[in-house]
Amino acid sequence: MSDVGEDRADALFHALADRTRRDILRRVLAGEHSVTTLATKYDMSFAAVQKHVTVLQRAGLLTKRRSGREQLATGDVEAIRSVASMLTEYETVWRGRVARIDQLLGPRQPDTTSEGD
Amino acid sequence: MPVIDVEKDLDNHRLTITAQFAAPVERVWQIWADPRQLETWWGPPTHPATVVEHDLAAGGSVAYYMTGPDGEKFHGWWRVTVVEPPHRLQYDDGFADAEGNPVEGAPVAHNSAELTPHEGGTRMVTTSTYATADELQKVLEMGAVEGASAAMGQIDELLAA
Repeated sequence: MSDVGEDRADALFHALADRTRRDILRRVLAGEHSVTTLATKYDMSFAAVQKHVTVLQRAGLLTKRRSGREQLATGDVEAIRSVASMLTEYETVWRGRVARIDQLLGPRQPDTTSEGD
Repeated sequence: MPVIDVEKDLDNHRLTITAQFAAPVERVWQIWADPRQLETWWGPPTHPATVVEHDLAAGGSVAYYMTGPDGEKFHGWWRVTVVEPPHRLQYDDGFADAEGNPVEGAPVAHNSAELTPHEGGTRMVTTSTYATADELQKVLEMGAVEGASAAMGQIDELLAA
């Protein structure tokens, strides 16, 4: 991974290492929330919640926009499920299949219908 | 390890896997052509596949379901587009309802397999292409995935909790 990639991974894991931030992220992935609304969900100050939102924003996990006096936060699904990470996940499906085919073809499988090697 | 190369084409949402098997091409072709062999490897151990229809001819279809640990059945279909035994197969793979009918709007993978003789065995190249990133994401969400070992996969689980 490049340095930029490593830095991004650091920011990502740091952002997700906190229970409150994971909970905030779950909410904003489900739909846009104002920071004020989010603040009412937790037993902490508005400023503290605001800080958590900023950490998630810096990690690229959510985006903020202004609407009048409100700050609205939305989770960035793309950031979480990049095409590369999805293909990596999908790769495990085909790797599993290839491993099973290899086992099927190999001499270790006694009940194959055709000839063994 | 039989997998010798993995290629991810991000722009085209395509996964290409190259594998080498210690068996002749005609033998490896059987894992596709024989439904009893196909069902031993298509589904992961947690979701074994049962092939109920298998017409491996151009324009033909294959129908299957995978059974989860709690007995839930996940149905799927193939539409076979190209068959050149024992070297080439192309098919579309999608989700079906309980009656085996294709689910409208569900993701469809455009798949291919190519078998060529190589170093006394067989080289098999499989490709799997989704039209959009959205379709790829849906497939993963629909849970046809085994062992999502990547760190990102673990994060996803955390977020989904």
